[in-house]
Amino acid sequence: MLELALKGSKKYYGWIAVLLTIIGIGVGCYLWQLSFGLGLTGMSRDVSWGFYIAQFTFLVGVAASAVMLVLPYYLHHYKAFGKITILGEFLAVSAVSMCLLFIIADLGQPMRALNVILYPTPNSILFWDMIVLNGYLFLNIIIGWQVLQGERNGVAPPKWVKILIYISIPWAVSIHTVTAFLYCGLPGRGFWLTAILAPRFLASAFAAGPAFLILLCLLVRKLTKFDPGKEPIQTLAKIVTYGILLNVFFLLCEVFVVFYSKIPEHMDHMTYLYAGLHGHGVLVPWMWASVALMVISIILLINPATRKKEGILMIACICVFCGTWIDKGLGMISGGFVPSPLHHITEYVPSMPEIAITLGVYAVGFLVLTILYKIATTVKEQLQGV
Amino acid sequence: MENSRRNFLKIAGISALGLTTTPVLDAFAVDIDTLLVKPIDAAPKENALTAKRWGMVIDTRKIKSEHDLEPMIAACNKIHNIPVLENKRHEIKWIWEEEFKHAFPTLEHEFVNERIEHLPFLVLCNQCKDAPCVRACPTKATFKREDGIVMMDFHRCIGCRFCMAACPYGSRNFNFRDPRPFIKETNKKFPTRMKGVVEKCNFCAERLAVGLQPACVEASNGIMIFGDLENPESQVRHLLKTNYTIRRKVALGTGPSIYYIV
Amino acid sequence: MSHEKEDKKMYNKGEVITGIVIFLIIFTFPFWYNMGKATPVPEPVLTEKAKAAVECVEPKAYMKTEHMQVLDSWRSSVVRNTNRIYINKSGNKEFEMSLSNGCLDCHSNKAEFCDKCHTYASVSPYCWDCHIDNPKEK
Repeated sequence: MLELALKGSKKYYGWIAVLLTIIGIGVGCYLWQLSFGLGLTGMSRDVSWGFYIAQFTFLVGVAASAVMLVLPYYLHHYKAFGKITILGEFLAVSAVSMCLLFIIADLGQPMRALNVILYPTPNSILFWDMIVLNGYLFLNIIIGWQVLQGERNGVAPPKWVKILIYISIPWAVSIHTVTAFLYCGLPGRGFWLTAILAPRFLASAFAAGPAFLILLCLLVRKLTKFDPGKEPIQTLAKIVTYGILLNVFFLLCEVFVVFYSKIPEHMDHMTYLYAGLHGHGVLVPWMWASVALMVISIILLINPATRKKEGILMIACICVFCGTWIDKGLGMISGGFVPSPLHHITEYVPSMPEIAITLGVYAVGFLVLTILYKIATTVKEQLQGV
Repeated sequence: MENSRRNFLKIAGISALGLTTTPVLDAFAVDIDTLLVKPIDAAPKENALTAKRWGMVIDTRKIKSEHDLEPMIAACNKIHNIPVLENKRHEIKWIWEEEFKHAFPTLEHEFVNERIEHLPFLVLCNQCKDAPCVRACPTKATFKREDGIVMMDFHRCIGCRFCMAACPYGSRNFNFRDPRPFIKETNKKFPTRMKGVVEKCNFCAERLAVGLQPACVEASNGIMIFGDLENPESQVRHLLKTNYTIRRKVALGTGPSIYYIV
Repeated sequence: MSHEKEDKKMYNKGEVITGIVIFLIIFTFPFWYNMGKATPVPEPVLTEKAKAAVECVEPKAYMKTEHMQVLDSWRSSVVRNTNRIYINKSGNKEFEMSLSNGCLDCHSNKAEFCDKCHTYASVSPYCWDCHIDNPKEK
């Protein structure tokens, strides 16, 4: 079926060329980083994780959101999602690929990455993260491919695919739980040491992922002859609404716990993010922008009148995606590291090469997404007899 | 035709898998760390210092100013080829000086005694009894040795920096770039490190192995006492019995092995 | 029995032949790029100290093929198991396990000894990124 991705319109080839260019620049910068060291980034002794790990954390959430299509369709036989589960599964493949690339980009000695497999360490959450991420990647590739191929040939996919699909449902929850466990089990980082971190991650995942999926569905409808349909998009919109409501609620829970208990060490991280601490506040405008975006999206999504208009829904989804990206991608990492365990403040701002490498990885993800979606939509178009 | 070829391949695949099971299972009977390395006949040096759990007592009453700390920091930096990087973001420090409010943020308050408030404290890796960094490391590149030292295996470190996130004391350093150009004077007896690996104080394991005290202890003029915390007759245990000591962030349960007499 | 020309037509002839030619050029790159650069098998030079010791840690043939494995075991033993003394296979000699201060103590001429074979075999071990390669020099 891969050959379906080789033929397209001029716009298609143009888009691929743009992605390849961004990838090329990213690769160049990565080679520079390999030879110079991670000093090329904005990371420091105090803020030892930065943009790469932040993107990985955010994208694990987007990947997990495929379950929001699979669960209603396969467990509860919600027919409307039947046409688009493939879009969710392929989005998961693209997102997890980006996660793995970001982890590799972040390693100081990437050529030794196999040590995690050669010297398995079950007490390390990173070991389990490696297992669940790779497992989820293979699950979605195999499931997506088999289901699409079955559809194309007019037959049901082989029976063992059903078992894999049922496994993928708790597995999706596990990838984001394990990623949250990376953070919330560290005794020295009070900002992350909260039981609500895993639920918060899942809530923001189920807001950001389906929001992005809605945008992709609208795009697919515009660019191809395959129409996902109005009903699945509206149901996804309801899922996004509950997701973003829960995410903001969890955030308010954290704010209450920190500021009502008035424990200085805990307040410091939140204060740094939302008001600045001791004159350092590079993230403050970003965090408030995130709050504004999430609140605007709630207003637009809660009201059925605005939610049902796809033009407004599109804006709401962009707000959700950007708001949660800032919250998880920028705020969460810096918030955990600033102030340091010794109460020093070292701020973190990504450097230009770091951003270039990040964009390069995103471009790889979008390339995978483009190719897989091209295959899926072409198959659907052919079935429609177009 | 198609069907039997498919069946043949299925059987071939399962047989191949079956043939590899026994050797793989046999291999896993061995500790995975020694599986990949040829076993050899080896022994410690005769004069090596051994302990069940190495620890340190720092008598801050003997410290008058930061000048008293300079010989310890300099000794460590010299023998371990610690680079001096101008960019503070990339700095490497195995042992260094902090104010009380930074070394002991949980004990800080507005009426701290003047001597303590301005006293420079020596901080280093606490070689925790239950180290969160050891729990976090996905490759056992950071591991707890039998003698209690939390060791770094630079050969195995993949530079993921999970240990740095896990450490509640900020004791760990990452080589953001090649450290060699920034080493003032190379100690030929000790390796430098390469970019992309994490490093920290190793309680001078290489000196203990040849019967010497850690460099900072030797240079400290009696301010730092080093010994076996599990040996009730050791000098450190005697000091702990007769003096009040504090440790950093004890409530976290990490079990730090560095005690400060205040 | 005449065959139609269409039966024997090669589709996309131009692209396929171009592809095969490019593939062959890339595939044979190591051969034509290194033309005329053939060198004789290197003879590593022993220092006076090495010659005086007669035998290395293990016999020469064993060291030649297994020195990487030996060093691997040594580093595991020193770093992870606190053991610094190596007892050789025949059990008659003990050595302190150290690349820079053991091996290079005798073989202090890295450029004439280690590098000679490594360069020939196009191997660049990254040991020297960390381990001092000239312990005897000031």
